[in-house]
Amino acid sequence: MKIQGSYLLAGLMFAASGGSVQAAEVQVAVAANFTAPMQKIAAEFEKDTGHKALLAFGATGKFYAQIKNGAPFQVFLAADDQTPAKLETEGDTVPGSRFTYAIGTLVLWSAKPGYVDEQGAVLKKGQFKHLAIANPKTATYGTAAVAVLTKLGLLETIQPKLVTGENISQTYQFIMTGNAELGFVALSQVMLDDKLTGGSAWIVPTHLHEPIRQDAVILVKGKDQPAAKALIDYLKGKKATTIIQSYGYALP
Amino acid sequence: MLSAVDLAAIWLTFKLASLTTATLMVVGTPIAWWLARTRSRIKALVGAVVALPLVLPPTVLGFYLLITLGPHGPVGHLTQSLGLGVLPFTFAGLVVASVFYSLPFVVQPLQQAFEAIGPRPLEVAATLRASPWDSFFTVIVPLAKPGFITAAILGFAHTVGEFGVVLMIGGNIPEKTRVVSVQIYDHVEAMEYAEAHVLAGGMLLFSFLVLLTLYSRKGTSVWK
Repeated sequence: MKIQGSYLLAGLMFAASGGSVQAAEVQVAVAANFTAPMQKIAAEFEKDTGHKALLAFGATGKFYAQIKNGAPFQVFLAADDQTPAKLETEGDTVPGSRFTYAIGTLVLWSAKPGYVDEQGAVLKKGQFKHLAIANPKTATYGTAAVAVLTKLGLLETIQPKLVTGENISQTYQFIMTGNAELGFVALSQVMLDDKLTGGSAWIVPTHLHEPIRQDAVILVKGKDQPAAKALIDYLKGKKATTIIQSYGYALP
Repeated sequence: MLSAVDLAAIWLTFKLASLTTATLMVVGTPIAWWLARTRSRIKALVGAVVALPLVLPPTVLGFYLLITLGPHGPVGHLTQSLGLGVLPFTFAGLVVASVFYSLPFVVQPLQQAFEAIGPRPLEVAATLRASPWDSFFTVIVPLAKPGFITAAILGFAHTVGEFGVVLMIGGNIPEKTRVVSVQIYDHVEAMEYAEAHVLAGGMLLFSFLVLLTLYSRKGTSVWK
């Protein structure tokens, strides 16, 4: 209590001293695939604005359930455009705040160098025991992965080899530890500064699945919160978009 | 009311808990016996290792199991060289993980039961020229019966209630690693609350009845 009191006092003094912006906190729910870029963006955001973004990472479907049940999130960076749209029609967002912050890229990835070829022919050969995907019921990248396998006519043969991660981070973990030889993850997870961080990958052509439009939105709990508005504006700025692109995302 | 997938998950959970409990009775009894009788200096060490799953978050256990059982881990190397493949994403892998996870729930009640018996009955049996094996099965096992029952019930129930470890090394495969707790999580995440309620309610009832049975048995101390 004492500590909180002194923070409060410091805050009041800061306000009284005529600080132009009141530093505030904003609670953000972030789709798991956007973990790495968002951590970078949040650090820059804090440096530039003084506001602190508290980040929670997870599957979009889970966040939806939590938001519907009173979770304290003020901003939501989803892995799709449907969930934010749904929240909007259900009156859980600040109208007009929704926008596409990134377009995701699906990649077939293996931790082993040279394992995945650049055309993804490894899928057809089928000489693997496990292929990891994110849960297609709740994670956008999982839905996209199933769409790709369906379009290639491989879903039925590969089905018995599928292992499902609860979200895209767990899917990555299955592949990274070698327990699954390969799997579909987000390009952002295996890319840094426009380069593959390791292993081998096939960047899935976008005509094989619906575009992964990732929308952000201010939630009702973030209404009239300057830090929430500031974060959304920051995401549209040059600094953030450069970071976003460096992880292999496209911009709308 | 229950879909085929739900029923498959229930059956799988039952199989997993039964096999885990059977394995634990075989593995846990000698450990408990040793812990109850030994004056060894490493008793505290072994006791502490056995009790670790009581306090460790399942994520720690799941993370280490994923790495050690995986193709690059020591256990993974061993199982691969034996031609068994690797354990994560298999039913056998879940049994191995569950044995670790539920170990204290079986060992501790057994240890308490053995300690309560004390050395006297065995000494008497020995003067009657009973062999150690003979006296264990004809003297100790009947005397420790309540301890065995408690251990089996707790081991079974705790395995049914397992979630985090299975989630981390299971890979959510229908009929192989998708147990009831994971199926409930899936339903909740997919906002299929009606289906989640059926399974979750069933789980609640099951767990309550198990504990009620346990606590209703007279004259046995259940847990300390």
